[in-house]
Amino acid sequence: MKHTEKDSPGYWQENIRILTILMSIWFIVSFLMGIVFVDQLDNIRFAGFKLGFWISQQGSIFIYVLLVYLYLKAMDKLDKKYKLDDES
Amino acid sequence: MSVQIMTYLFVGLTFLLYITIAIKSRAFSTSDFYIAGAHVPPLANGLATAADWMSAASFISMAGIISFMGRDGSVYLMGWTGGYVLLAMLIAPYLRDFGKFTVPDFIGERYYSQTARMVALLCAIFVSFTYVAGQMRGVGVVFSRFLEVDINIGVLIGMTIVFFYAVLGGMKGITYTQVAQYCVLIFAFMVPAIFISLLMTGNIIPHIGFGSELNPEYGGGYLLDRLDGLNQELGFTAYTESIRSKLDVFFITAALMLGTAGLPHVIIRFFTVPNVRAARKSALYALIFIAILYTTAPTIAAFARTNLINTVSNVEYNEMPEWFKTWEATNLIVFEDKNDDGRIQYLADPEANELTVDRDIIVLANPEIAQLPNWVVALVAAGGLAAALSTAAGLLLVISSAISHDLLKSNLMPQISEKKELLSARIAIFFAVCIAGYFGINPPGFVAEVVAFAFGLASSSFFPAIVLGIFYKRMNKEGAISGMLVGIIFTASYIIYYTFINPAADNAEGWWLGISPEGIGTLGTILNFFTAFVVCYFTAEPPQEVQAMVEDIRVPG
Repeated sequence: MKHTEKDSPGYWQENIRILTILMSIWFIVSFLMGIVFVDQLDNIRFAGFKLGFWISQQGSIFIYVLLVYLYLKAMDKLDKKYKLDDES
Repeated sequence: MSVQIMTYLFVGLTFLLYITIAIKSRAFSTSDFYIAGAHVPPLANGLATAADWMSAASFISMAGIISFMGRDGSVYLMGWTGGYVLLAMLIAPYLRDFGKFTVPDFIGERYYSQTARMVALLCAIFVSFTYVAGQMRGVGVVFSRFLEVDINIGVLIGMTIVFFYAVLGGMKGITYTQVAQYCVLIFAFMVPAIFISLLMTGNIIPHIGFGSELNPEYGGGYLLDRLDGLNQELGFTAYTESIRSKLDVFFITAALMLGTAGLPHVIIRFFTVPNVRAARKSALYALIFIAILYTTAPTIAAFARTNLINTVSNVEYNEMPEWFKTWEATNLIVFEDKNDDGRIQYLADPEANELTVDRDIIVLANPEIAQLPNWVVALVAAGGLAAALSTAAGLLLVISSAISHDLLKSNLMPQISEKKELLSARIAIFFAVCIAGYFGINPPGFVAEVVAFAFGLASSSFFPAIVLGIFYKRMNKEGAISGMLVGIIFTASYIIYYTFINPAADNAEGWWLGISPEGIGTLGTILNFFTAFVVCYFTAEPPQEVQAMVEDIRVPG
């Protein structure tokens, strides 16, 4: 069966809300922690890393994977709520 | 067994594997040829997308670039992975629900205009050719360095292999060879990384070794602290410090992210899965598989640089190990004894520096520098070829489908039968392979510069048009087309000005607003969005059926 926005009112708004939250984290990690405030974060150290350096070379990538995972889970839940998970 | 024989063996075996897969997955319909019949399971698509995306540059050059740039190399790490988040959440699921064959298909139908389709088609072809030339060159380089085959013969061998499986199987053949190629390339990338981490820090996981203390024979102390110290002793900026301005780093990172999300050969991979949920899932798989390589690259960069400086700095030239001489023969390492003391001075000051090291050395010679066994060296050659061939095939398919589907079927000859369309797709791929091979053999001097071009173009044209097409129902064709044109023209002019017309001004003082040509795509993207909104505001809203289509793709099923 073909689904559209009209027969699932509220779905799109909830989708946008999920995206806003996840994209904000994406922006904060990449651009604020990885670039703008990286020098301040560098003052914090763990093991042999300066925190800012580690975020911009490795940490951010782990967070990206986590974000896409959370997106998948949130959308699965949303699809179930609106009974759109029949995979027609 | 010598390195050379082993390399022949590994490369031969992997090529045999690709050909076997190609014969097993021939395409019988245009749907097979363009989107593998939309039957690809999410895991396979994730693997294929990762191989599709990771090019010769990611495999051969990236760790080396980071090694020489230190902290500033982060733009590539964040840029080329962060773009996947945009792709996974803002583009892939919706375009899968739209469910056609190509990116120009979406642009053409969403903006109910053949002009929009043509603009998208030209961008797709330009971006793909720019990229594919570099891949073919990469194939030639690997052949010439590891197998001592002439670089041009190397390109020809690569062309034949790609041609064989792309023509036979189209997207179907490409998908399953890419799955195999991912396995080859990731194995080839990880093995040396694990070895070198074990050797230098005693840690089997390079990511942990990256933050660990060095073994005493490498000087002890934390790896990154030691590297900062070595860099400073030789007059370079500390490894974990930045040279570029924050503004420029910001813009370059964003341009690479937006460009990644707008690259047609990556987007079309999501047309090959059965449904929206599978598209989301395969985006996650793809990002995981890409992240494995991208989080390892900075560790190799740091290990290899420390090791390189330890090995060469202020050491007698006559005491250099064998690999040094081998790579000198390829001109990737050049030593010039300026002060005639017989020792190698590797310094930041260009007057006193005696050693020039090509960045590709970091990955290509890493196994030899770290004295790893011969089979690891051979593996790296097979991995480099897998990375280059998989990306080349994906790009060639974009070019072929743009011509046979978007130009012929949707525009010039709508009456064409499926059989003829399939045939024309195969012919188009044949010509695309030939042109790509030509550029591989006679590389235009500006290949490196045009990569910035490809990303700038993809971000300033496709990204806004696609995202607005999904998230802003009111966006009409006037807005989208004028946005794309303003974005492309602005970005292209800026890059052309600094690379070809006035290269002397291509430095931090000469750049407009301090933004480098690499980062200008971000501003082009912003201008595209802005123009689109303004023009859209003053023109009629799109027809009802187009708005209904947008409502449809927003909801799965």
